[in-house]
Amino acid sequence: MTDYPYDRTALRAELATVDELPGSAKPEPILIVDRITRRFGGITAVDVEHLEVQRGAITALIGPNGAGKTTFFNIITGFDSPSAKEARWRFQGETIASASSFKVARAGMVRTFQLTKALSAMTVLDNMLLGSQAQAGERLLRSVFWPSWTGREKQLVEKADELLERFTLHDKREDYAGSLSGGQRKLLEMARALMSDPAMIMLDEPMAGVNPALTQSLLGHIQDLRDRGTTVLFVEHDMHMVQHISDWVVVMAEGKIVAEGRPGSVMKNQAVIDAYLGSHHDQDLGDDAVLEEDFDELAKVEETEREVEEEKLEEYVEAVREAEGEEN
Amino acid sequence: MDFGQFLVQLLTDAGGSLVSAVTAAFVLAAIGLNLHFGYTGLINIGQAGFMLLGAYGFAITVEYSGDFWLGLLVAIVVAIIAALILGLPTLRLRGDYFSIVTIAFAEIIRMIGDSPALQSLTGGPVGIQGFKFQGPFVALSPLPHEGTLSLGPLTAPYTGGDSWWLRIVTWGAVVIIALIALLLVKSPWGRVLRGIREDEDAVRSLGKNVNLVKMQSLIIGAVFGALGGVFYVLSGSVQADGLGRSQTFLIYTCLLLGGAATVFGPILGSLLYFVFTTILTDVVTTYVPHTVMNVTQIPQFVWILVGVGLMLLVIFRPQGILGNKRELNFIG
Amino acid sequence: MRNLSTSLLRRGIVAAAVGIALVLGFATASFAAGGVTAGASCQPDPTTACIQGTLRDDNGNAVAGVKVTATDPSGASASVTTDATGVFKFAGTAAGDYRIAIDPATLPSGVTIASPTTTAKNVQLGALKPVIIALAGHGTGSQSNDIGPSTTGQLVWQAFTQGLLLGLLLALASIGLSLVYGTTGISNFAHGEQVTLGGFMAYIFSLQLGWNFVLASLMAVVVGAASGYVQDLAIWAPLRRKGIGISQLMLVSIGLSFALQYLYQFFFGALPLPVTADIQQIGGPLYLTPSGYWSMGVSIVVLVLVGLALTRTRIGRATRAVADNPALAAASGIDNNRIIRLVWTVSMGLAALSGALYALVNNGINWSTGLSILLLMFAAVTLGGIGTAFGALVGSLIIGIVVQMTGIILPGDLKYATALLVLIVILIFRPQGILGRSQRVG
Ligand SMILES: Nc1ncnc2c1ncn2[C@@H]1O[C@H](COP(=O)(O)OP(=O)(O)OP(=O)(O)O)[C@@H](O)[C@H]1O
Ligand SMILES: [Mg+2]
Repeated sequence: MTDYPYDRTALRAELATVDELPGSAKPEPILIVDRITRRFGGITAVDVEHLEVQRGAITALIGPNGAGKTTFFNIITGFDSPSAKEARWRFQGETIASASSFKVARAGMVRTFQLTKALSAMTVLDNMLLGSQAQAGERLLRSVFWPSWTGREKQLVEKADELLERFTLHDKREDYAGSLSGGQRKLLEMARALMSDPAMIMLDEPMAGVNPALTQSLLGHIQDLRDRGTTVLFVEHDMHMVQHISDWVVVMAEGKIVAEGRPGSVMKNQAVIDAYLGSHHDQDLGDDAVLEEDFDELAKVEETEREVEEEKLEEYVEAVREAEGEEN
Repeated sequence: MDFGQFLVQLLTDAGGSLVSAVTAAFVLAAIGLNLHFGYTGLINIGQAGFMLLGAYGFAITVEYSGDFWLGLLVAIVVAIIAALILGLPTLRLRGDYFSIVTIAFAEIIRMIGDSPALQSLTGGPVGIQGFKFQGPFVALSPLPHEGTLSLGPLTAPYTGGDSWWLRIVTWGAVVIIALIALLLVKSPWGRVLRGIREDEDAVRSLGKNVNLVKMQSLIIGAVFGALGGVFYVLSGSVQADGLGRSQTFLIYTCLLLGGAATVFGPILGSLLYFVFTTILTDVVTTYVPHTVMNVTQIPQFVWILVGVGLMLLVIFRPQGILGNKRELNFIG
Repeated sequence: MRNLSTSLLRRGIVAAAVGIALVLGFATASFAAGGVTAGASCQPDPTTACIQGTLRDDNGNAVAGVKVTATDPSGASASVTTDATGVFKFAGTAAGDYRIAIDPATLPSGVTIASPTTTAKNVQLGALKPVIIALAGHGTGSQSNDIGPSTTGQLVWQAFTQGLLLGLLLALASIGLSLVYGTTGISNFAHGEQVTLGGFMAYIFSLQLGWNFVLASLMAVVVGAASGYVQDLAIWAPLRRKGIGISQLMLVSIGLSFALQYLYQFFFGALPLPVTADIQQIGGPLYLTPSGYWSMGVSIVVLVLVGLALTRTRIGRATRAVADNPALAAASGIDNNRIIRLVWTVSMGLAALSGALYALVNNGINWSTGLSILLLMFAAVTLGGIGTAFGALVGSLIIGIVVQMTGIILPGDLKYATALLVLIVILIFRPQGILGRSQRVG
């Protein structure tokens, strides 16, 4: 892990000085995006004027379904191209616009996918090993001379084992990734992305479809990542989680960035409420009804709830593990 | 013919097909296809096109230069060029486009070879007769240039035509190429290949130059195919129709029979395939009255069974004999 | 290889030689075991018979570059192309009846043949047997004549209209290919054999049973549609239930195509069979034969009907819904399996019609007819955008016209090669095809 001098209070204090406006400047941006638009036929899926992402922070990207979050991710990671030429984005000071996706990853920005892309017919360990970028043995001419890469391979296996341990996947090491549960795949995808020690990791709904026990551990991992100096940008629909772990929140609606701010205050923003209610007015408000309530209040309640829950969860996790152990 | 005689004939024929240079040639092409299809997930349905191209490149060069090694080099170089031309536009596209383009490529090669337009070079539908290009290969033989050798029931000349010399060289090539393939697929490079087969976007997101690796795989498999083509024609003639779509499908059958995405699958599959069709042909020839099936219908009957066999194999045992069912579930 | 087979021959086991030859590769087998070879310099002697003929168009000009295949009494065969003077020659080692077949696809545009196969009866060893084959019409470089085209402009116009005809026939077949792909994801490599099936049915009902050609082709359509229905019932529907991946399905279709090709050869032999007995003259404003005009008309009517059915009827809209988004279609109450069964039935019926008409205008059908246009169909479907029926139509017309127009310049089979080149070039610039959409990632 890189030795980024991480200080959470300092980070929060720095972010506290940032204006809570769409496109506001950050004290130390790792990613700066300008004028990205993407049209599909008639609709404009993404129309981002300016966005900066703070280095070392967990930034949440939220917005209703179809807001353009995934498309935005696709564009900055080179999996899709913007519709207009004037788009620019810089990562760690380097212009990576129009770079192909693998170059973006090599520059240190690694992503995961909303629809998990575990490599099913490969073992969990092989999945992990594929995640590492600096491998001489991946070059064609070196590959046949096995002594030139076996040493490095050993190091990588160690590193992979360490990460698998951390992501509670170590027992699955030799299993095919296709046999993992949905949540475990999410974990694997994250762990795999971390094999290359990325400067920034972009997670597209890492918590979607994951059971509460795993969610809890995933959240822990994400915070852990930040604490080790990795910048995290993640998409999430569950407001509880966003509130819980992010340092900064960016809200997208209909392709545009409509609000930005600290997790506690951004939900009070009228633009955000409009965005969510606007797109959900004909549906059962359900969970979204909480949007109308006082988010700070909610956060406090949650804080206490969580402490109680965490104990219960640990028991639950234990129970689940035991059950799984018996199954195998 | 009594049964004992028939059995001897059967075993001789089966043994002959086991060591035949043609079998070895198909093993080479199947190893190449295995890199494409088994490991990289590239559905190349023009492998016979690479064989044919290699065969023409070799035969024409040797015919005009008299140099065996130059011919081999040209066969490899034309395969590389063809793979580049094919791969550059299509490897970044969806898989089915690649498939269609490969079969189109193989057909173009075959049609050009078959066409009277280039008759002076390719011999048109008549092809290039063996005596025009086999000389330099025969001359390389350290074995006696006269006489025949019998090993068990198999008798063949030491050198020249379908000789022991040819068999030693082709099977030697099989050993070398299989070894190279083994080293390649067991390396981290091979791991990237398998990753690409599973989901190339995932592999891209991990910083791998997917298009480059796919191209490398395409080129290597194509070169193996071209070498197979060279050995295929060394005992016969170059004939465009002899390396058409049927041969590509036959290579698939061999590969799937042995087990795709395994190192020894293509070898085992080809051996079994050739032994099986030999035995089947002998049995049908001997026991089915000619009024029911005449001589031209027998090979056709065997091919029908091969087609049905390919279907059944893909449906009921896609992993073949050696493959791992879970690794080869043809996702997508 | 020869050593081995001659020694066996001496022992009188001719059939075993075929076995060995098979092992050594099917294509070379015909040369190894056969008693007939291409014989440009054939001299009759006590063990050799020569068979010779000259192809001339109706202006008496030599027709070069046509593929001719001879099959000797044992079933062995060899092919040659006619030389610059229109001459083809074979050397045979057996006496008896030889079958001589002309590949209609290699005839220059404007030249047609009534019956692509002729029998050279009673060929004797030590003698030269002349074969007479009648061609109709005349093509490029031929002297003027009041029926066919004469100026370059007219030649181009003729190639264009023939391209249009080919395009329409391709469209009939490729719409089915595209619909099947759209609704099931299968790149069906056995589709060409469905076209061939139509041709053979037309042959059986019209020439063998002596029915009127219209009735015969209707029967071909019925048989084709029934084969589609049965195929889906017996093969594809169970595989769908099994949840088999699309590349696996594609390989299954390859196996099927393989089996069918040789099944056709097994029953009908390798040489082209005519579907009508009459020779037709090229004429009229489009320089087509009367059957060409009829085929064009029938194709247009059927294509319009299919188009209307797809856009205007409930079933047609349901079909497009299944192709667009199967899950959504199922969720909105469409019975996907029923629609797919229907798609297979109709598509195979259309393919059979295409085959019957194709056999009619080329007056010949053999086991590889469908195979030879399968790639053109794939090219057409890819060109138009895989999975869209309208795209298949546009793609087919383009491919048909490209093929026939390049036939003015390029000889024989090479005109097909240009269509495949066009395909490759278009894929470079517009990978999703002319009317297709790009896909989403992630
Ligand atoms: N390839 C495509 N073709 C056409 N439309 C597309 C494509 N990709 C995305 N869209 C459209 O762009 C809009 C934004 O999609 P996107 O996937 O970015 O939303 P999202 O914010 O990630 O939504 P969710 O929260 O549901 O994942 C949607 O209306 C979607 O239908
Ligand atoms: Mg999304």
